[in-house]
Formats: sequence, C-alpha cells, structure tokens
Amino acid sequence: MSASTLALIPCLPLLAALCTAGMRNGRRAAAVAIGALAMSALLALWALSQAWTGDAQVFPLADWLSVGGTRITFSLRLDALSALMASMVTFVGLLIFIFSTGYMAHDPRCARFFCYLSLFAAGMLGLVLSNNLLLLFMSWEIVGLASYLLIGFWFHKPSAAAAGKKAFIVTRLGDLGLLLGLLVAFTQTGTLELYAGGAGLLEKDPGTLVWGVGAAKLVSLLLFVGAAGKSGQVPLHVWLPDAMEGPTPVSALIHAATMVAAGVFLVARTFPLFEAGGTLPLVAWTGGVTALIAALIALGQFDIKRILAYSTVSQLGLMMVGLGAATTGAIGMYHLFTHAYFKALLFLGAGSISHGCHHEQDIRKMGGIARAMPVTTAAYLCGALALVAFPYTSGYFSKDAVLVAVYGADRPLFYLCAFSSLLTALYVTRQCVYVFAGAHRGAHAPHESPAVMTVPLVILAVFALGMGGLFGGALQAKLGAIHAAHPFPVIATSWAVALGGMLLGWVIYSGRDLRAPDPLALVPLQRKLWFDELYAATAGRLWSGLTALAVLLQEMVAALAELVQELAQATGQFFSRSVDGRLIDQLAVDGLARRFHEGGRAAVRFQSGFLPGYLRWVVLGTLLGGLFVHWLLT
Amino acid sequence: MTLNHYLVLSAILLGIGLLGVLTRRNIIVVLFSIEILFNAANLNFIAFWRFGPNPEALMGPMFALFAIAVAAAEVAVGLALVIAVYRHFKTVDLEKLDTLREP
Repeated sequence: MSASTLALIPCLPLLAALCTAGMRNGRRAAAVAIGALAMSALLALWALSQAWTGDAQVFPLADWLSVGGTRITFSLRLDALSALMASMVTFVGLLIFIFSTGYMAHDPRCARFFCYLSLFAAGMLGLVLSNNLLLLFMSWEIVGLASYLLIGFWFHKPSAAAAGKKAFIVTRLGDLGLLLGLLVAFTQTGTLELYAGGAGLLEKDPGTLVWGVGAAKLVSLLLFVGAAGKSGQVPLHVWLPDAMEGPTPVSALIHAATMVAAGVFLVARTFPLFEAGGTLPLVAWTGGVTALIAALIALGQFDIKRILAYSTVSQLGLMMVGLGAATTGAIGMYHLFTHAYFKALLFLGAGSISHGCHHEQDIRKMGGIARAMPVTTAAYLCGALALVAFPYTSGYFSKDAVLVAVYGADRPLFYLCAFSSLLTALYVTRQCVYVFAGAHRGAHAPHESPAVMTVPLVILAVFALGMGGLFGGALQAKLGAIHAAHPFPVIATSWAVALGGMLLGWVIYSGRDLRAPDPLALVPLQRKLWFDELYAATAGRLWSGLTALAVLLQEMVAALAELVQELAQATGQFFSRSVDGRLIDQLAVDGLARRFHEGGRAAVRFQSGFLPGYLRWVVLGTLLGGLFVHWLLT
Repeated sequence: MTLNHYLVLSAILLGIGLLGVLTRRNIIVVLFSIEILFNAANLNFIAFWRFGPNPEALMGPMFALFAIAVAAAEVAVGLALVIAVYRHFKTVDLEKLDTLREP
C-alpha cells in the first residue's frame, strides 16, 4: 500500500463533494457520493488487512511548509487504530448514505445534502488517518463545518438554524483548547508529527514547563478540552442533543457514530501524552459524570431522537471512562466501535420510524409501531439490546471491558458507571415500550419504510448483535489491550444492571396508560438539569453585558467620528467658500479670464476690416520708426 | 536744377500717392496711387544716379527700368485681383470689403 493509495481514502469523498457541489439532480449526486465512498471503503478494508498483518507505518505525503529549520509535512499513519477507524467510518457511512437516498428522496436540496455528507466523510477520514496534529486539526475543523452545515440543513426552521449555531460555537470552545494544545506542543517539541521514527511528538519526552509542570500535562489537558467539546462531555455536552434538529441520517453518521467519537479517538491517538501527563483520572471522571448526567436526562425526554442523543452523550462518557481507567487506548476504542454500529442503527431506526409516522418524533404520539413496521422494529430492538449491553450482544462485550478496567482502577467510578448502565437499560426500555407496544396514539397510521432504508438497518443489526463476539477479542489484542482477569463482581454487575434495568422499566411502563404523565420524567430531567438556563444566566449574560458595553463603545466612537466629520466639513466649507471660491475661482481663474476677454474686446476695435485703415497704421508706424532712426543717428 | 529740386518733386509725388492710397475708396484709384508711389521712387533712383559720383555706371536707369517692369507685372496681378473681388462682392468700394473684421 503506497502513500498515494492511502491518501485516496479521504480524497475520493473530497472529490465527490467538489463534484456534487454544483449538482441539482439528487439521484446523480447520491450516486457520485456513494460510489466515491464505496471505493474509499474498499481501500480502507485493504488498508485494514495490511495494518492487521504488518507493522504500523508512516507515509509522508508532501512538505507543506518549511520555515528555517522547521518543517511541517503532510503525513498519514497507517496502524490498527487508524485503519479500523477508517473502515468503520466508510462502512457505517456507506450504509447511512444508502439510507439517505430513501430518507432524503423528497427533499429538493438532496444533492446539496450529499455534497455536505461527502465533505464530512473526507474530513473524518483525513482526521483518522492523519499523522500530523495540524492536519488532524484541519480535518477536525472540516468535520465541524460539515456538522454545522448539516445540523442547519433545514435552516428554514429557526430551531435548526439555532442548533447549528450552538453546535458551532460550543465546539469552537473545545477547538480553542485543541489549538492551544497544538501551540504548546509545537513550542515545546518543535514538531507536530505524531510518529516520526523516534522524533515524533508521542515518542519523546515533551519536557518541563515552568514550576515543574510537565508539558505533557498541559498539552494533554488542552487536547482533552478539544476532545470534550467534540465528544459532548459535561459541561460542553449541550450542543449534541440540539444537533438532532438535523436530518436523521446526519444524526446517525455524525452525531452518533463518527464525528462525536473524534474526541475519543483523539485521546486514544495521543494516549502516550495523557499517560505521561497523568491526566487520565480526569478523563475518566469527566466521562463518568457525563455518563451519569446524560443517562439521567435521557429519562425525562420525549423526543425519540433526543433520547438517543443523550444516550450517545452517556456512551461517549463511558468511552472516556474506558480510556481514562485503562493503560491503553484500546478499551475506549472498542466501545467506540461497537457503539458506532448500534447507535447508527438506532438512529436510522428512529429515522425510519419517524419517516413512517409522518415526521412525528414525540414518543407519546407513537405506539403500536411493532405491528406496522416489523422490519424496523426488529432491527431497532437489536440495537436497543446492544445499547443496554444485553449479554452476548456487541455492547455487552465492550461495556464489560470498560467496567473491568474501571473496577481495577477506581472503585467509586465503577459504581457510578454501573448506575448509569442501569439507567441506560431503564430509559431504553421506557422508549421501546412507548414506541412499539400498545395501540398507535398518533393521528396518522404508520407505514413500513422502503427497502433502501430497511436493508441498511438489517445489516447494521447483524453487526450490532454479532460484532463484539466475532472479533472483539482480536480487536483488543490488536489495539494492545491487556485482558485482565475477569472478576466475578463485574460479571454479576453487568448482568444485573442490564437485566435489572430492563425489568424495572418493564414493571413501571408495561401496564401503564401511556397517555398519563410519566412517573420518571421529573421536571429537572425534562428541563435537562437546567444546563441551558445555567449557560444563559452566566455565559449568555456575560456575553450580553459585553455586547452592551461594545455597543456603548461603538456609539461613543460613532459620536466622536461624527464630531470629526462635522469639523472637517466646516473647515472644508470655509476653504471652499473663501479660498477656493473667492481667491482662486473669482480672482485668479475667472478674473484673469475676464481681463483677457476685456483686452480682446479692446483689441478687436482695431480690426475694422477697412484695408486703408490698416495701411494708415503702417504708414504712421513707418514714419515714427523713421523719426526714431533719425533721432538715433543724430 | 539741383538734386534737391528732384527730391522735393519726388516727395510731393510720394505724398500724393500716399494720400491717394490712404483716403480713396475705389480700389482702382488706389492702384493708380500706388503707381504714383512707384514713380516717386523711380525719380529718386534717376536723380541720385544723375547727381551721384559715378554717372557712367547706369545703375539708376537699370533700377528704374527693373522697377517699371515689376510694376507692370504687379498691375496685371492687381487688376486681376480687382476683377476677382468685383465678381465676388459686386463692388470695388473698399469700405464695403470689410469681411476681415469681426462681424
């Protein structure tokens, strides 16, 4: 596998994005985007087979810029981590692209949608394959842009436009941290290459900053700020649930399976820095708190996609726990991979359900979907089981790995994670009962979605159930996980929280009249623990204060400018009237002209046209001239 | 008869010619007056030759004859011009030929 072949993986979707940018025909754009991504997927699989058997490799692509002794190059890294991520992104992306052709078929801006999706895929693939933090950062920003564009895809809805802005601004806070981390890393080590034959950022000691603080600590903290912004960790999680305003395939691809996992991937990618800096406990605890808070809020939500969004936040928190509690990045990444499949499945299933329910997203107005949409229901239940970590589904294996790691590392955090897993099982059961059981409570009868939407669901369902058991072990071995002893309490807890949560949910919800108020949807949970209100009262108020100040300053500057302008105008008028008008115009220009004119008028009287008259002057002149000569000579 | 007599006569002729040129309105009369001016000059040539230091050299008559010949040619041109002017303006009155002035 050569460097240019590897570079084709992100470049093909980029080309597709460029090609589809000007298209109007949605079907043709979809064909181009899907074709490009399918080729990328094949290449990614090839790369995976190479990485699986061979050693990790670095492919320098091109020198970007060199200033003095500093060289910044584009280079790609092919190892198990990046190859797995690339094949996961392309494979899940491909299924979601295909699903989108059905879901977006009636949208007039379908071609634009595929353009954005391709742009996103290009950025995401560049991100995972990059061997250079700067290239990674650029791709990071591209996926952020694509996310913004796609969340606000239906920008005629004010809520969607606002959600796009919110996502962009909140992740921008994280990106600032990432950028600062890059700068610190660069000033400390003089390189942004991750691996460079012993001279890379991850391969040497970044040294010490002032007061004995290791540079690795600061850099890893700053990188984690970026990761937290992208991966929706508390307190920067507020954008992710709102991002569900975008079309459902977008929620599935970007805000569940791939982009939000970029933060987790970043931590896994720069894991040596976190290890050296000793920031892993912070990562773990942030993740744990996020997992708990998001699982709690999910209990109080009624929007089918919003529940899944909080579930995503919660699972991302668990991934962070897996990273922070372990000695390698493998466990968190393992959960990332399984989660990508089953969460994409759940989102696509939710999309299929709301598509079948005439774009209804409120679970209180659903019900009875199981009879109307059997294929979707079956697939959705597979995803739900994996999310609950029902024994021997893929989610069970990966969540179990996380729990094992955290059991050995930090006991209180283990209980926190176990409790949030219990909550997970509870809210998933609640959602499923609301959606599938009983009679339909909405106005229109639901109908099953077309095959182009259900086939990807079925494929993803197979992965959601089987992926963990099939190659979970190989995955961990390849990513370098140490399979620790499997303590009995962990196994017991895994089984207990999954089965217990589901049982609890069944007991609470199965016999209820679902039109009555929900006993678990407490007001604080419905209001999302007032995070938005908190930000509005603090950052929002600070911002409006600053804005008011800025407006005041601007008005002062404007008044000053007006004064200066008045002054200048007065001076100008004075000069224009007295100097220019009187002196130059009237006296100099017009005056001279008038003098010449009068002179001409006077001279014209000599031009009588009477020839003897002229001759008289000649004679007179001659006589005078003669007299003058005579006077001169005598 | 001394040189002065001739010069006085010549001056009188010059005066008459000049007066004619300057005062008369008819172009033809002006042309006549110009002839008188020529003759005043010719008379001077002859007189200065006759009373000059070297009367054998025939300088004066030669100049005079030459001037007469040139004057004849000039009269031919002048009269042609007068005819052209007459054809154009239908007059030979100088007062009326005032197209050179500003209207």
